[in-house]
Amino acid sequence: MPIKFPFSRRREGPTDAWTKCPSCDSQIFNKQLERSQRVCPTCGHHFRMSVGERIDLLLDGGSFEERDAGLESGDPLGFHDQKPYPDRLETARVKTGLREAAVWGTGAIDGQRVAIGLFDFRFMGGSMGSVVGEKIARCLEGALAERIPAIVVSASGGARMQEGTLSLLQLAKTTAPLTRLDAAGIPFISVLTDPTTGGVLASFASLGDVIVAEPRALIGFAGARVASGTVGEELPEGFQTSEFLLAHGFVDMVVPRAELRSTLTRILRVLPAAPAEDGWQEAPEVRGWGPIGVLSGLAERLGGAVSETIGIDTETGSTTGNGNSPHAHREDQP
Amino acid sequence: MTEALPPVVAVEAAPATPEAIETAWRHVQLARHAQRPRTLDLVSRIFTDFTELHGDRSFGDDPAIVGGPALLDGRAVMVIGHQKGNDTESNILRNFGSPHPEGLRKAQRLLRLADKLGMPVVTMLDTAGAFPGPAAEERGQAEAIASSIKLMTGLQVPIVVVIVGEGGSGGALAIGVGDEVLALENAVYAVISPEGCASILWRAPDKAPEAAAAMRMTAADQLELGVVDAIIEEPGEGAHTDHDATARAVKAAISGALERISQLAPDTLLATRYARLRGLGVVLEGTAGPAPTVEPPSFRHRLGRLLRLPGVPRRPRWSEVWPSGDDGSDEGGA
Repeated sequence: MPIKFPFSRRREGPTDAWTKCPSCDSQIFNKQLERSQRVCPTCGHHFRMSVGERIDLLLDGGSFEERDAGLESGDPLGFHDQKPYPDRLETARVKTGLREAAVWGTGAIDGQRVAIGLFDFRFMGGSMGSVVGEKIARCLEGALAERIPAIVVSASGGARMQEGTLSLLQLAKTTAPLTRLDAAGIPFISVLTDPTTGGVLASFASLGDVIVAEPRALIGFAGARVASGTVGEELPEGFQTSEFLLAHGFVDMVVPRAELRSTLTRILRVLPAAPAEDGWQEAPEVRGWGPIGVLSGLAERLGGAVSETIGIDTETGSTTGNGNSPHAHREDQP
Repeated sequence: MTEALPPVVAVEAAPATPEAIETAWRHVQLARHAQRPRTLDLVSRIFTDFTELHGDRSFGDDPAIVGGPALLDGRAVMVIGHQKGNDTESNILRNFGSPHPEGLRKAQRLLRLADKLGMPVVTMLDTAGAFPGPAAEERGQAEAIASSIKLMTGLQVPIVVVIVGEGGSGGALAIGVGDEVLALENAVYAVISPEGCASILWRAPDKAPEAAAAMRMTAADQLELGVVDAIIEEPGEGAHTDHDATARAVKAAISGALERISQLAPDTLLATRYARLRGLGVVLEGTAGPAPTVEPPSFRHRLGRLLRLPGVPRRPRWSEVWPSGDDGSDEGGA
């Protein structure tokens, strides 16, 4: 206990030098929390991370280049609850130094180039509005264009209510590019961190080729409060945690933060992007709707089978079978 | 039918007027009206030979979603919709139209069948949302919604979506991705129920009418936002007054929409659908000045790192650009 001199100026001790662990109640010195990658040294509780800390944790030093940093939200609905939406955005910008709840860019994990999108929960609960959806979609499209793996690290309460159905439609906007990644043979890794709920979990985050979760993260479709309130049922032990999802088959692995980077490195090594010649193409198949279109579509789908049964010589186009089928009719037939 | 206007970019954020609140709430109540025609009421009047198929082939059958092939003026289409009940008993059977994961997986099965046979798809949305209970979480509600959306973004057949009553969040969007989205005049579409929005943003569930107005969930608002392509007018006081006339109007709208989109070749269809989804939302570009970057290390830092001097950062750190701060966030998502 230091002796206080009556006339010396009282030193203002920084009040935010310590953080209390919500899980084990121990006091952790903030510097130590930073050194331990924001994991409680006593009980292993994983604190939430900012986008910047996530980048430092996962990517090679100096490799991250942010893309589309200038994107900003509008206020399409003129939304006003207890305060206007633009005010809430401004508050979040000042608080976090971010322009939106997600950033995306390219970087390298142990030398392997990736397109990566990251959420910051402190920006309006990591909620997904038009801009966040746009950034995730561009991240996936960026991976497709460069043929590099895509990674999204989610931490979000869900779709942003202040943009109404435009937020809801971001579920489809962020999911649509995944169909193209499938066709192009580009892997997509989804990392779920505390918390990932609602519309983000109900879109791209649940659709990773590999899904990795951090320990004891809250992951679920509806908030636990909603679920118990609606149904009035006792919730099972560990409901909506990473471990619960692992047990029910919806995530591949639960990985402590200290091993996250090495795990991603290993996944990237064993799941390389497919060679470029199998790349995504616009579907060449033309099939109209109507009797003729359906028949020709059917013939095309049956393909080999049709030509075998009715005996079309596909090279010369002449019919060697009975040739009564309309599929077999050709103008150059004798 | 009214044609869609270009999306509004920004509206002055202001509390809704009492008239707007009253109008919005009336629409919500009409959309939930007990006598409003449900999916099966419309299907029996619009289509012939509707053959309902059951089960998701892995867990069970969900009566909250109905579907199967049917004929529309002699042409085969796949019909899928949420099904609410008309009284307490049927509502309990139908779970008030709120699907479980097996319902959405049944829908996926029917969508794949339509894709296989080249049949256009007609879906009808009428749900308060996907069911949020513990059983639904255990079976992967979020994954079921996400994979349904993904499947619909890549389906090679035309899809017409009709919002007949409540379009409630992810549970509606799961079968609501289409090439043309039509809405009945008194239908509503929202990212979260007005009650849910009110209890989160106003902290008072009885502010639901205010939330309904703020979210701009009426069909007319959705048309203005570009989420809905056309509005189907309802007879008299609303669809509940005349099921037959409503069905005739819906049938005409579906036929018209199918006529338009069936002209498109599958690759054009998919490209158009993709562009439509990618274009949804309001994104302002480059108004915020240069993006933050991590400073390249100075000569002093490089020398310091080389000589391992104390107090010199190991590498450029993004956590200094975007550090962690206090965590509290009150504006979660849905």
